[in-house]
Amino acid sequence: MSGVKEMSGKTRERLLYLLSPIALIAIWQLLLMLGIGDRRFIPAPSDIAQRFVSLLASGELEWHVGVTLYRVLAGFVIGAVPAVAVGLLMAMFKPVRIFFDPLIAALFPIPKIALMPLLLLAFGLGDASKIALVAIAVFFPVVVNTYVGAANIEKIYWDVARNYGASPAVMFSRVVFFGALPTIFAGLRIALAVSFIVLVASEFVATKSGIGYLIWNSWELLQVDVMFVGIVTIGVLGLVTSVLFAEIERNTIPWKTE
Amino acid sequence: MTVERRGAAVEIAGLRKEHGSGDHRILALDDISLNVSPGEFVCIVGPSGCGKSTLLRILAGLDTQSGGAVRIAAPGWSVVNAMVFQESGLFPWMSVEANVGFGLMTRGVPPAQAKGRVAAALALVGLGKFGRHYPHQLSGGMRQRCAIARAFVTDPAMLLMDEPFAALDAQNRTLLQAELLRIWEDTRKTVVYVTHSIEEALLLGDRTVLMTAQPGRIKKIIDVPFARPRDLLALSASAQFGALKLDIWRVLEDEVNRARAEAQP
Repeated sequence: MSGVKEMSGKTRERLLYLLSPIALIAIWQLLLMLGIGDRRFIPAPSDIAQRFVSLLASGELEWHVGVTLYRVLAGFVIGAVPAVAVGLLMAMFKPVRIFFDPLIAALFPIPKIALMPLLLLAFGLGDASKIALVAIAVFFPVVVNTYVGAANIEKIYWDVARNYGASPAVMFSRVVFFGALPTIFAGLRIALAVSFIVLVASEFVATKSGIGYLIWNSWELLQVDVMFVGIVTIGVLGLVTSVLFAEIERNTIPWKTE
Repeated sequence: MTVERRGAAVEIAGLRKEHGSGDHRILALDDISLNVSPGEFVCIVGPSGCGKSTLLRILAGLDTQSGGAVRIAAPGWSVVNAMVFQESGLFPWMSVEANVGFGLMTRGVPPAQAKGRVAAALALVGLGKFGRHYPHQLSGGMRQRCAIARAFVTDPAMLLMDEPFAALDAQNRTLLQAELLRIWEDTRKTVVYVTHSIEEALLLGDRTVLMTAQPGRIKKIIDVPFARPRDLLALSASAQFGALKLDIWRVLEDEVNRARAEAQP
């Protein structure tokens, strides 16, 4: 059996994954310790780490992270689920495709953050407006990827499904969905990054919570180290969620791994 | 020994199929008339481009004809046809069990009952231990076995087979031809089997339909005289088999020469 060998191969891959961020931090620290750069405006990783620990100890950081994660996850689910459904239906039924195509073409290129004032009007200053923004931003990459994935399913699978008596419901849930799944996952990964981008930007205004607020508020107070804690935290959240995502993908698409 | 003959009856009359439209229209099938009796194993042989796969797709309901009539009578059968494709067409995201049971699931067969039928079908093709595997873990021959099980498990009145063994190596092909006949002998469903190999058609079929290309027409229908059950290896080495094969080659040779002569300026 080659099980042990495979395990160490995977572990090595995961270690390699951490190499580039660690190298970046090391170079940064080294440069500041050598006196290159002004430490008041660009704090060293060690300064940021200290501030990080103190913000954690006070519970402030956890609170902001919790709020941001809640908004991202809620918006992600609310945006992604209908996007997958619409994308699959577009591939299966031409009228659905003709109906949605111009809408998507027109709305996809609009920077979603530009909708924030509108959403504040519609949903108020609370979580709802941020969740709505994330949902809208997530919808477009997911719907396009789902449609492309479903439309490119090999013809033979449609033939088999039809010849073996698949109803539209079976076609949707057992054939088109799974056939498109690898591409759907690609869309979801893009959407995850996009959702952090728009959420943090939206948290700059009209809110008193979330990582975006932490970054903007510390800028106004000129607490540069807190600002960096916020930026790093977003990076870490992005990294962790993307690794989790890759794990989920590995487990849900067993036929694609070999 | 007489076996009760059963399965679908097929009547094809004056069938015509055009691909494309306007000036780019291509006549793929022209004036195809053929009757298949219940329980008959008919092989359709022809060069690529003769429209034999199109004919099969029309019988399967996956394509529609441009003219002529197709009547398939399968009284008392709940599933009229099941097709076995050249590339197995197994869903990569489903286990072997789920793939084989697909045609039962779509038709609302209760899961407990379906499970028993799937297990029996897998045992029949020698894949009893592979139910939980995924298609990518199987060899090409095993995948085609699985596709055959998927077709047989629905108990169709007619099997439509589109060069099912063309992608396999010679040993696997011979093995699977014998297995197909063994399984078919027990049920004697109607089979329409498309192949480009004259040898395969003579080994498997009751009748061989020879087709010519551009447009696809029936050149000749040959009754295959060999008794069943057949020992395929012995049969393929027999003098009678060789003589019949030669006759058919002669017919095709004439056809090729005629087509060549027509193509000259």
